[in-house]
Amino acid sequence: MEQLINMVLLTLLALITIGIIRVRNLFAVVVLAGAYSFLMASVMMVLDAVDVAMTEAAVGAGISTVLALGALHLTKTEEAAPRFSAILPLFVAVGTGAMLIYGTWELPGFGLADTPMNTGVGLDYLDRSMAETGIPNVVTSVLASYRGYDTLGETVVIFTGGIGVLILLTAVRRRRRLAGDRDKGSAP
Amino acid sequence: MMRDTIILRVVVKLLLPVILLFALYVQFHGDYGPGGGFQAGVAAAAAIILYGMVFGVMAARKVVPQRVVHTLIPLGVLIFAGTGVAGLLLGANYLDYSPFGSHAEAGQHLGILIVEIGVFVTVSSTMLAIFYAFGGRAEDALAGDPLAGDGDGE
Repeated sequence: MEQLINMVLLTLLALITIGIIRVRNLFAVVVLAGAYSFLMASVMMVLDAVDVAMTEAAVGAGISTVLALGALHLTKTEEAAPRFSAILPLFVAVGTGAMLIYGTWELPGFGLADTPMNTGVGLDYLDRSMAETGIPNVVTSVLASYRGYDTLGETVVIFTGGIGVLILLTAVRRRRRLAGDRDKGSAP
Repeated sequence: MMRDTIILRVVVKLLLPVILLFALYVQFHGDYGPGGGFQAGVAAAAAIILYGMVFGVMAARKVVPQRVVHTLIPLGVLIFAGTGVAGLLLGANYLDYSPFGSHAEAGQHLGILIVEIGVFVTVSSTMLAIFYAFGGRAEDALAGDPLAGDGDGE
Protein backbone atom coordinates (compact mmCIF):
# COMPACT_ATOMS: atom_id res chain seq x y z
CA MET A 1 0.00 0.00 0.00
CA GLU A 2 2.78 2.38 1.00
CA GLN A 3 4.61 1.57 -2.21
CA LEU A 4 1.47 2.31 -4.24
CA ILE A 5 1.04 5.71 -2.51
CA ASN A 6 4.69 6.51 -3.13
CA MET A 7 4.40 5.60 -6.81
CA VAL A 8 1.31 7.75 -7.29
CA LEU A 9 2.93 10.71 -5.48
CA LEU A 10 6.22 10.45 -7.38
CA THR A 11 4.43 10.11 -10.73
CA LEU A 12 2.44 13.24 -9.96
CA LEU A 13 5.69 15.00 -8.96
CA ALA A 14 7.24 14.11 -12.32
CA LEU A 15 4.14 15.29 -14.20
CA ILE A 16 4.13 18.61 -12.31
CA THR A 17 7.84 19.09 -13.01
CA ILE A 18 7.22 18.63 -16.73
CA GLY A 19 4.33 21.08 -16.41
CA ILE A 20 6.56 23.67 -14.70
CA ILE A 21 9.10 23.35 -17.52
CA ARG A 22 6.53 23.52 -20.33
CA VAL A 23 4.19 26.27 -19.08
CA ARG A 24 5.15 29.82 -20.04
CA ASN A 25 2.60 31.61 -17.82
CA LEU A 26 4.48 32.37 -14.58
CA PHE A 27 1.28 32.53 -12.51
CA ALA A 28 0.56 28.92 -13.45
CA VAL A 29 4.19 28.02 -12.67
CA VAL A 30 3.87 29.47 -9.14
CA VAL A 31 0.66 27.51 -8.50
CA LEU A 32 2.26 24.32 -9.88
CA ALA A 33 5.31 24.86 -7.64
CA GLY A 34 2.95 25.12 -4.65
CA ALA A 35 1.30 21.84 -5.65
CA TYR A 36 4.79 20.32 -6.02
CA SER A 37 5.62 21.32 -2.44
CA PHE A 38 2.40 19.83 -1.10
CA LEU A 39 3.11 16.54 -2.91
CA MET A 40 6.64 16.59 -1.53
CA ALA A 41 5.21 17.13 1.97
CA SER A 42 2.98 14.08 1.40
CA VAL A 43 6.03 12.02 0.40
CA MET A 44 7.71 13.12 3.66
CA MET A 45 4.58 12.03 5.56
CA VAL A 46 4.76 8.58 3.99
CA LEU A 47 8.42 8.41 5.06
CA ASP A 48 7.30 9.23 8.65
CA ALA A 49 9.26 12.52 8.66
CA VAL A 50 6.34 14.56 10.00
CA ASP A 51 8.44 17.53 11.13
CA VAL A 52 9.99 17.89 7.67
CA ALA A 53 6.57 17.48 6.02
CA MET A 54 5.16 20.29 8.15
CA THR A 55 8.02 22.63 7.26
CA GLU A 56 7.78 21.76 3.56
CA ALA A 57 4.03 22.41 3.51
CA ALA A 58 4.33 25.70 5.42
CA VAL A 59 7.43 27.15 3.75
CA GLY A 60 7.37 25.53 0.31
CA ALA A 61 3.66 25.64 -0.42
CA GLY A 62 2.68 28.61 1.76
CA ILE A 63 5.28 31.34 2.12
CA SER A 64 7.18 30.70 -1.14
CA THR A 65 3.96 30.85 -3.13
CA VAL A 66 2.95 34.14 -1.52
CA LEU A 67 6.39 35.69 -2.07
CA ALA A 68 6.55 34.48 -5.68
CA LEU A 69 3.08 35.94 -6.31
CA GLY A 70 4.22 39.20 -4.70
CA ALA A 71 7.23 39.27 -7.02
CA LEU A 72 4.99 38.48 -10.02
CA HIS A 73 2.87 41.48 -9.10
CA LEU A 74 5.90 43.67 -9.81
CA THR A 75 6.91 42.05 -13.09
CA LYS A 76 5.32 40.52 -16.18
CA THR A 77 3.46 37.24 -15.78
CA GLU A 78 4.63 35.78 -19.07
CA GLU A 79 8.02 34.09 -19.24
CA ALA A 80 10.34 35.51 -21.92
CA ALA A 81 11.21 33.14 -24.77
CA PRO A 82 14.59 31.46 -24.18
CA ARG A 83 17.40 33.18 -26.07
CA PHE A 84 19.77 30.22 -26.20
CA SER A 85 19.33 26.63 -27.22
CA ALA A 86 18.45 24.28 -24.35
CA ILE A 87 20.88 21.54 -25.36
CA LEU A 88 23.74 22.42 -22.95
CA PRO A 89 21.46 22.91 -19.88
CA LEU A 90 19.68 19.66 -20.78
CA PHE A 91 23.04 17.87 -20.96
CA VAL A 92 24.10 19.27 -17.55
CA ALA A 93 20.74 18.36 -15.95
CA VAL A 94 20.71 14.81 -17.34
CA GLY A 95 24.36 14.34 -16.34
CA THR A 96 23.75 15.53 -12.77
CA GLY A 97 20.60 13.41 -12.52
CA ALA A 98 22.45 10.32 -13.75
CA MET A 99 25.22 10.88 -11.20
CA LEU A 100 22.67 11.28 -8.38
CA ILE A 101 20.88 8.06 -9.38
CA TYR A 102 24.26 6.31 -9.54
CA GLY A 103 24.91 7.61 -6.00
CA THR A 104 21.68 6.07 -4.66
CA TRP A 105 22.89 2.56 -5.63
CA GLU A 106 25.32 2.66 -2.72
CA LEU A 107 22.71 3.82 -0.19
CA PRO A 108 21.45 1.23 2.32
CA GLY A 109 17.83 0.11 2.02
CA PHE A 110 15.16 2.32 3.62
CA GLY A 111 14.52 1.57 7.30
CA LEU A 112 17.24 -1.09 7.73
CA ALA A 113 18.40 -1.40 11.36
CA ASP A 114 22.11 -2.06 10.77
CA THR A 115 22.89 1.08 8.75
CA PRO A 116 25.35 3.74 9.99
CA MET A 117 22.57 6.25 10.76
CA ASN A 118 20.58 3.73 12.80
CA THR A 119 23.46 2.25 14.81
CA GLY A 120 25.77 5.13 15.74
CA VAL A 121 24.87 8.49 17.16
CA GLY A 122 21.19 8.23 16.12
CA LEU A 123 20.58 5.27 18.41
CA ASP A 124 22.48 7.08 21.14
CA TYR A 125 20.12 10.06 20.92
CA LEU A 126 17.06 7.78 21.04
CA ASP A 127 18.42 6.08 24.16
CA ARG A 128 19.48 9.19 26.04
CA SER A 129 16.95 11.83 25.00
CA MET A 130 14.09 10.88 27.35
CA ALA A 131 16.33 10.51 30.41
CA GLU A 132 18.40 13.64 29.79
CA THR A 133 15.80 16.12 28.49
CA GLY A 134 12.44 14.56 29.35
CA ILE A 135 11.15 15.40 25.85
CA PRO A 136 9.34 12.59 24.00
CA ASN A 137 9.88 14.10 20.53
CA VAL A 138 13.53 13.28 19.88
CA VAL A 139 13.54 15.53 16.79
CA THR A 140 12.98 18.54 19.07
CA SER A 141 15.57 17.54 21.65
CA VAL A 142 18.20 16.87 18.96
CA LEU A 143 17.36 20.10 17.16
CA ALA A 144 17.34 22.42 20.16
CA SER A 145 19.70 20.77 22.64
CA TYR A 146 22.11 18.16 21.25
CA ARG A 147 22.53 20.07 18.00
CA GLY A 148 21.91 23.55 19.44
CA TYR A 149 24.82 25.05 17.54
CA ASP A 150 23.34 23.93 14.20
CA THR A 151 19.96 25.42 15.03
CA LEU A 152 21.55 28.68 16.20
CA GLY A 153 23.36 28.73 12.86
CA GLU A 154 20.09 28.14 10.98
CA THR A 155 18.41 30.97 12.87
CA VAL A 156 21.31 33.27 12.02
CA VAL A 157 21.00 32.20 8.36
CA ILE A 158 17.31 33.17 8.34
CA PHE A 159 18.21 36.46 10.06
CA THR A 160 20.94 37.17 7.49
CA GLY A 161 18.70 36.22 4.58
CA GLY A 162 15.90 38.44 5.84
CA ILE A 163 18.22 41.40 6.36
CA GLY A 164 19.69 40.89 2.87
CA VAL A 165 16.27 40.89 1.21
CA LEU A 166 15.20 43.93 3.21
CA ILE A 167 18.31 45.89 2.23
CA LEU A 168 17.82 44.99 -1.45
CA LEU A 169 14.10 45.80 -1.51
CA THR A 170 13.92 48.89 0.70
CA ALA A 171 17.24 50.58 -0.09
CA VAL A 172 16.53 50.76 -3.83
CA ARG A 173 13.06 52.11 -3.13
CA ARG A 174 14.33 54.78 -0.70
CA ARG A 175 17.10 55.90 -3.04
CA ARG A 176 14.66 56.21 -5.92
CA ARG A 177 12.23 58.12 -3.71
CA LEU A 178 15.00 60.52 -2.67
CA ALA A 179 15.99 61.01 -6.29
CA GLY A 180 12.33 61.68 -7.13
CA ASP A 181 12.06 64.31 -4.37
CA ARG A 182 15.19 66.01 -5.62
CA ASP A 183 13.77 66.18 -9.16
CA LYS A 184 10.68 67.93 -7.81
CA GLY A 185 12.92 70.35 -5.94
CA SER A 186 11.46 69.50 -2.53
CA ALA A 187 14.63 67.96 -1.11
CA PRO A 188 16.97 70.23 0.82
CA MET B 1 -5.86 44.00 -2.88
CA MET B 2 -9.08 41.99 -2.72
CA ARG B 3 -11.08 44.23 -0.44
CA ASP B 4 -14.37 43.79 -2.30
CA THR B 5 -14.77 40.04 -1.91
CA ILE B 6 -17.11 39.59 1.04
CA ILE B 7 -16.82 35.78 1.19
CA LEU B 8 -13.04 36.01 1.39
CA ARG B 9 -13.21 38.67 4.09
CA VAL B 10 -15.61 36.73 6.29
CA VAL B 11 -13.80 33.40 5.85
CA VAL B 12 -10.41 34.99 6.57
CA LYS B 13 -11.74 36.66 9.72
CA LEU B 14 -13.04 33.29 10.90
CA LEU B 15 -9.82 31.50 10.01
CA LEU B 16 -7.36 33.96 11.56
CA PRO B 17 -7.80 32.97 15.24
CA VAL B 18 -7.70 29.29 14.28
CA ILE B 19 -4.40 29.72 12.39
CA LEU B 20 -2.82 31.71 15.21
CA LEU B 21 -3.99 29.17 17.79
CA PHE B 22 -2.61 26.37 15.64
CA ALA B 23 0.72 28.20 15.44
CA LEU B 24 0.86 28.42 19.24
CA TYR B 25 -0.09 24.73 19.48
CA VAL B 26 2.71 23.78 17.05
CA GLN B 27 5.12 25.98 19.02
CA PHE B 28 4.43 24.67 22.51
CA HIS B 29 3.47 21.12 21.60
CA GLY B 30 6.73 20.69 19.65
CA ASP B 31 8.20 18.84 22.63
CA TYR B 32 5.57 16.12 22.35
CA GLY B 33 4.56 16.00 18.69
CA PRO B 34 5.75 17.28 15.35
CA GLY B 35 6.49 20.97 15.27
CA GLY B 36 8.70 23.63 16.78
CA GLY B 37 9.81 27.20 16.34
CA PHE B 38 10.37 27.07 12.57
CA GLN B 39 6.97 25.64 11.66
CA ALA B 40 5.09 27.72 14.23
CA GLY B 41 6.86 30.90 13.11
CA VAL B 42 5.87 30.31 9.50
CA ALA B 43 2.27 29.52 10.49
CA ALA B 44 1.95 32.69 12.58
CA ALA B 45 3.46 34.80 9.80
CA ALA B 46 1.08 33.12 7.33
CA ALA B 47 -1.90 34.30 9.39
CA ILE B 48 -0.80 37.95 9.22
CA ILE B 49 0.17 37.59 5.53
CA LEU B 50 -3.30 36.18 4.76
CA TYR B 51 -4.83 39.17 6.54
CA GLY B 52 -2.56 41.50 4.56
CA MET B 53 -3.47 39.87 1.25
CA VAL B 54 -7.20 40.26 1.79
CA PHE B 55 -7.41 43.55 3.69
CA GLY B 56 -4.34 45.26 2.23
CA VAL B 57 -0.78 45.56 3.46
CA MET B 58 -1.59 48.84 5.21
CA ALA B 59 -4.17 47.10 7.43
CA ALA B 60 -1.66 44.37 8.30
CA ARG B 61 0.93 47.04 9.12
CA LYS B 62 -1.55 48.49 11.62
CA VAL B 63 -1.87 45.11 13.35
CA VAL B 64 1.86 44.39 13.39
CA PRO B 65 3.80 47.61 12.71
CA GLN B 66 6.82 47.35 10.46
CA ARG B 67 9.05 48.89 13.15
CA VAL B 68 8.09 46.10 15.58
CA VAL B 69 8.80 43.46 12.93
CA HIS B 70 12.23 44.92 12.20
CA THR B 71 13.04 44.91 15.93
CA LEU B 72 11.88 41.32 16.35
CA ILE B 73 14.18 39.90 13.62
CA PRO B 74 17.43 40.36 15.59
CA LEU B 75 15.64 39.87 18.94
CA GLY B 76 15.00 36.19 18.21
CA VAL B 77 18.67 35.58 17.40
CA LEU B 78 19.60 37.46 20.59
CA ILE B 79 17.25 35.27 22.67
CA PHE B 80 18.86 32.16 21.20
CA ALA B 81 22.46 33.33 21.54
CA GLY B 82 21.72 34.91 24.94
CA THR B 83 20.44 31.56 26.25
CA GLY B 84 23.87 30.15 25.41
CA VAL B 85 25.62 33.01 27.20
CA ALA B 86 23.37 32.53 30.24
CA GLY B 87 24.48 28.90 30.35
CA LEU B 88 28.13 30.05 30.21
CA LEU B 89 27.57 32.47 33.11
CA LEU B 90 25.99 29.69 35.17
CA GLY B 91 29.10 27.58 34.72
CA ALA B 92 28.12 25.19 31.91
CA ASN B 93 29.15 24.98 28.24
CA TYR B 94 27.71 27.33 25.62
CA LEU B 95 24.12 26.24 24.76
CA ASP B 96 24.09 23.69 27.60
CA TYR B 97 20.76 24.27 29.36
CA SER B 98 21.31 21.94 32.32
CA PRO B 99 21.97 24.66 34.98
CA PHE B 100 18.64 26.45 34.27
CA GLY B 101 16.56 24.06 36.39
CA SER B 102 16.74 22.43 39.78
CA HIS B 103 18.07 19.32 38.01
CA ALA B 104 19.53 18.77 34.53
CA GLU B 105 16.33 17.41 32.96
CA ALA B 106 14.22 20.41 34.01
CA GLY B 107 16.96 22.76 32.84
CA GLN B 108 17.09 21.12 29.41
CA HIS B 109 13.31 21.33 29.11
CA LEU B 110 13.27 25.04 29.98
CA GLY B 111 16.25 25.83 27.74
CA ILE B 112 14.69 24.11 24.73
CA LEU B 113 11.46 26.05 25.31
CA ILE B 114 13.31 29.41 25.39
CA VAL B 115 15.44 28.59 22.36
CA GLU B 116 12.36 27.56 20.37
CA ILE B 117 10.75 30.91 21.22
CA GLY B 118 13.85 32.64 19.84
CA VAL B 119 13.54 30.66 16.60
CA PHE B 120 9.81 31.48 16.42
CA VAL B 121 10.43 35.23 16.85
CA THR B 122 13.11 35.43 14.15
CA VAL B 123 11.36 33.19 11.61
CA SER B 124 7.92 34.80 11.88
CA SER B 125 9.22 38.37 11.81
CA THR B 126 11.58 37.68 8.88
CA MET B 127 8.72 36.21 6.81
CA LEU B 128 6.52 39.19 7.67
CA ALA B 129 9.25 41.73 6.90
CA ILE B 130 9.86 40.21 3.46
CA PHE B 131 6.11 40.20 2.79
CA TYR B 132 5.85 43.86 3.84
CA ALA B 133 8.77 44.77 1.57
CA PHE B 134 7.18 43.00 -1.43
CA GLY B 135 3.62 44.00 -0.62
CA GLY B 136 4.55 47.64 -0.02
CA ARG B 137 6.08 47.89 -3.48
CA ALA B 138 3.11 46.12 -5.03
CA GLU B 139 0.65 48.56 -3.41
CA ASP B 140 2.76 51.50 -4.59
CA ALA B 141 2.64 50.08 -8.10
CA LEU B 142 -1.15 49.67 -7.84
CA ALA B 143 -1.56 53.23 -6.63
CA GLY B 144 0.23 54.43 -9.76
CA ASP B 145 3.31 55.59 -7.88
CA PRO B 146 5.88 56.12 -10.63
CA LEU B 147 8.68 55.51 -8.12
CA ALA B 148 7.62 51.94 -7.42
CA GLY B 149 9.00 49.18 -9.57
CA ASP B 150 6.54 48.20 -12.26
CA GLY B 151 8.83 45.96 -14.23
CA ASP B 152 8.63 47.93 -17.47
CA GLY B 153 10.12 51.32 -16.75
CA GLU B 154 13.38 50.12 -15.16
